[in-house]
Amino acid sequence: MNAQHPAHLPYYQPPPSLWPIVGSLGLLTLAGGFVLLLAKDIAGPWVMGAGAAIFIYMLFGWFGTVIRESQAGKLEGQVDRSFRWGMVWFIFSEVMFFAAFFGALFYSRHIAVPWLADAQLLWPGYAGGWPTAGPGLKESIAPVPAWGIPALNTLILLSSGATVTWAHWGLKKGRQTQLKLGLALTIALGVVFLALQAHEYLEASFTIRAGIYGATFYMLTGFHGAHVTLGAIMLCVILSRALAGHFTPERHFAFEAVAWYWHFVDVVWLLLFVFVYWL
Amino acid sequence: MEAATTHDAPHAGTHEAHPRGLLRWLSSTNHKDIGTLYLWFSLLMFFFAGSLAMLVRAELFQPGLQIVQPEVFNQLTTMHGLIMIFGAIMPAFVGFANWQVPLMIGAPDMAFPRLNNWSFWLLPAAATLLVGSFFAPGGAAAGGWTMYPPLYIQGGIAYDMTILAIHILGISSVMGAINIIVTILNLRAPGMTLMQMPLFVWTWLITAYLLVAVMPVLACVITMLLTDRHFGTHFFNAAGGGDPVMFQHIFWFFGHPEVYIMILPAFGIVSTILPTFARKPLFGYTSMVWAVASIAFLSFIVWAHHMFTTGMPAGGQLFFMYTTMLIAVPTGVKVFNWVATLWRGALTFETPMLFALAFICLFTIGGFSGLVLALVPVDIQLQDTYYVVAHFHYVLFSGAAMSIMGGVYYWLPKWTGHMYDERLGKLHFWLTTIAFNLTFFPMHFLGLAGMPRRIPDYALQFAQFNMISSLGAFLLGASQLIFLLAVVKCIRGGRAAGDRPWDGADTLEWTLSSPPPYHSFATPPAIAPLHK
Ligand SMILES: [Cu+2]
Repeated sequence: MNAQHPAHLPYYQPPPSLWPIVGSLGLLTLAGGFVLLLAKDIAGPWVMGAGAAIFIYMLFGWFGTVIRESQAGKLEGQVDRSFRWGMVWFIFSEVMFFAAFFGALFYSRHIAVPWLADAQLLWPGYAGGWPTAGPGLKESIAPVPAWGIPALNTLILLSSGATVTWAHWGLKKGRQTQLKLGLALTIALGVVFLALQAHEYLEASFTIRAGIYGATFYMLTGFHGAHVTLGAIMLCVILSRALAGHFTPERHFAFEAVAWYWHFVDVVWLLLFVFVYWL
Repeated sequence: MEAATTHDAPHAGTHEAHPRGLLRWLSSTNHKDIGTLYLWFSLLMFFFAGSLAMLVRAELFQPGLQIVQPEVFNQLTTMHGLIMIFGAIMPAFVGFANWQVPLMIGAPDMAFPRLNNWSFWLLPAAATLLVGSFFAPGGAAAGGWTMYPPLYIQGGIAYDMTILAIHILGISSVMGAINIIVTILNLRAPGMTLMQMPLFVWTWLITAYLLVAVMPVLACVITMLLTDRHFGTHFFNAAGGGDPVMFQHIFWFFGHPEVYIMILPAFGIVSTILPTFARKPLFGYTSMVWAVASIAFLSFIVWAHHMFTTGMPAGGQLFFMYTTMLIAVPTGVKVFNWVATLWRGALTFETPMLFALAFICLFTIGGFSGLVLALVPVDIQLQDTYYVVAHFHYVLFSGAAMSIMGGVYYWLPKWTGHMYDERLGKLHFWLTTIAFNLTFFPMHFLGLAGMPRRIPDYALQFAQFNMISSLGAFLLGASQLIFLLAVVKCIRGGRAAGDRPWDGADTLEWTLSSPPPYHSFATPPAIAPLHK
C-alpha cells in the first residue's frame, strides 16, 4: 500500500493479554444464559445479562488497548496492512452470511413453494405464489409496499454512504470539521433508517410466524437492521475518536474500516430492497 | 519505540520472557504456545470422541441391544461425529498452521497474535457446551452430526447447546482463518513469492479461504434451525411453505467444502513429508498448487451429491454427479505427483514417511469409494449404509487423522528438541494401520449388503463382519495410547534432535534451533530460491 515505511521496522508483537479469555468467558456465559432462556428458566435473562456485561467489558478493554497502541504509533506500516487485509476478509465472511440467507429466499420462492403447489399430494388446492404463508397456515399476507417506507429508507442509506465518503474527503484534506459533521450526519441518517424500520415492523400486517414469507422477510431485514445498528455504534466510536483528534490525513485505518463496513451494509440493503420488497 | 515492552523490542530473538504457569497459556500471544494449545486440545477431544466410538462399536459387537439404549446410541454417533470434526481434526490442523506457517514463511508470529489467542480459547467454551449437553435433560443431541430437521427441531435443550456451540466454533474458525490468510499474504519473508511458499502453506491459504467462505453459511443455516425451534419461523416446515430439503442444500453447501477443509492441510503435510524422505524435491509443485485450487473451486458446486435420494430432478442429479467425478482429476494429479516424487528417490522409512505412504494408499481407497458414491444409481442404493461410513473414515481417519499423526512425528523433533522413540512410533503406525483396516474395510461389505447406519441393532447375517470391525476398533483405540506415550516421552527427553534431523528437509523451520527460540525470525531471513 504505502511504501514509505521501511521494511526493517519490526512487526509489532503485542504482549500477553487476558482480554481474549475474558471474551470467551463472556460468550460462554451469554450462550449458557440463552440456553436457559430458551428452556424457560427464570435465571436465563440474568445469566445472559451477566454474559453480555462481561463481553462488553472485554470489547472496551480490548479495543481500548488497540487504540492506545495505535496512538503510540505501534500499528503502522506492515501492521496497518494486516489490519486492512483482516477487515476485507471479515467483510467477505459477512457477505457469505447474507448470501446464504438470500439463497434461502430464492430457493423457497422459486423452487420449494412452486413444487409444493405442483405436487398436490399433502395439500390439494394449495396455489403457491409469493408472498405465501404456506399451505398449512391459512393466512394471507399483505406485503410492505416497496415504494413507501422502503424506498425512502433506500434514499436515506444511500445518502449516508455519501455523507461518510464526504467525511473521508474532509479527513484526507485535513478538514476536521467536515469529518466530524459528515460522521454525525451519517449516524443521524442511520438512526432515522432504524427508526423507520422499527415503524415498518410495528405497522406490518404479518409476523415472523407467517410462514416462509414472514420468516425470510424478518430474518433478512432483521439481520440487516442488526448490522446497521452495529455499524452505527462503530460510527459513534469513530466520531468520538475524531473528536479526540485521533485521526490524521495519513493515519486513520479505523475510520476506513468502519466506512467499508457501512458501504457493505448499504449494498446489502440495495439487494434487500430489490429482492425482498420490490420484485 | 521508547515505550517498548519486553516483547516488542527490536531483535528480541533470544528473549524468552513470558508469564509462568497457567497465566502463560491463558494470555499467550505467541504462535508456538497457541499452536501447542490447539494440538493438546485436539488430542484431548480425539480421545473423548474416540471413546464415544468405542461405545458405539461395543454395542455393535453383537446383534441385539446390550450396552446402550437406542436413543443413547444415537447421541454417541452424533457427538462422535461433531466432536471429531470440530473438536479434533480442525483444531489439530489449525495447531499445525500456528506452529508451522510463521516458521515456514519466515514471519515473527501470526498477523494478529491476540486474536489468535481468542480463536483458541473459544474452543474450550464450545467444548463445554457440547460435552455438557450429555448432562442436559434427555441427553445430548441425537439427530446426527448433519443436524437435519425435523429431528433437530424436535429435540430438547441439548440441541440448543449444540447449535450455540457450533456458532462459537464457527467464530473461532473464521477468526483463525482470517489470521492465517493475512499472515500468509502479508508476513512472508521479503523475497518469498507466493509460488515459492512451501506447499503446506499453500494448502492452508486455500483451506483458510474455504473456511471464511463457508463457516458463515453454516452459521446461517443453524440460526434458521434455532428460529424454527423457538421463534415460530417455518424455514424447514412445509406447512408454512418451507422445506426440510432446503436445510440440506444450505448445510451441504457448507458441508462439502468442509470435507476439503479437513483434507487440504493433510495434502500439505504429506507433500512436505514425502520429499524429505525421498530426498527429492516435490514433483510438479506448480501443478500441485493448481490442483489444490481447483479442488477448492469444485467443492462449491458438488454439494447435492449428499442428497441424491431427496427427489431432485434428473438434470440436477446428473450435474452434481459429473462435477463430483470431475474432482477426481485434480486429486489424481496430486496422487500422481506424490508417486512421481517417490520415483527413484533415496527412500527411507521413518515413522512420518510410513504415515505419508499409508496416507497415499488408504486415502486413495477413500477417494475411489467416493467416486463409487458419486454415481447416482449406486448412491441411491448405498445412501445411509455402512458403505458411506467406510468411505468417509478412509478419507477422514486414514486421510486427515493419519496425516496429522505423521505430521506430529515429523515436526516433534523441531518442536521439542528431542527425537521421538522410533520403535514406539513404528509400533503405533503398524498397529494403527492394521487396526484401521480391520475396523473399516469390512464396513464396505456391510454397506453393500445393505446394513443401515445409525441403528444400534442389525440382522444376524451382519454379525461376523461387525465383530471383526469392533475388535479392530478396540485395537485402534488402544493403539492411540501408544501415540500419547510416544509424544509424552519425546517431550520429556530423548536423543537431541539438532537443527535439522531430517537430511532431506529444506524448509525454513529447519534453519532454526530445535526447539526454536520463543520468538523466531524477529528479523526476516534472506530467501534464496527454494524450489530449484
Ligand atoms: Cu460431499
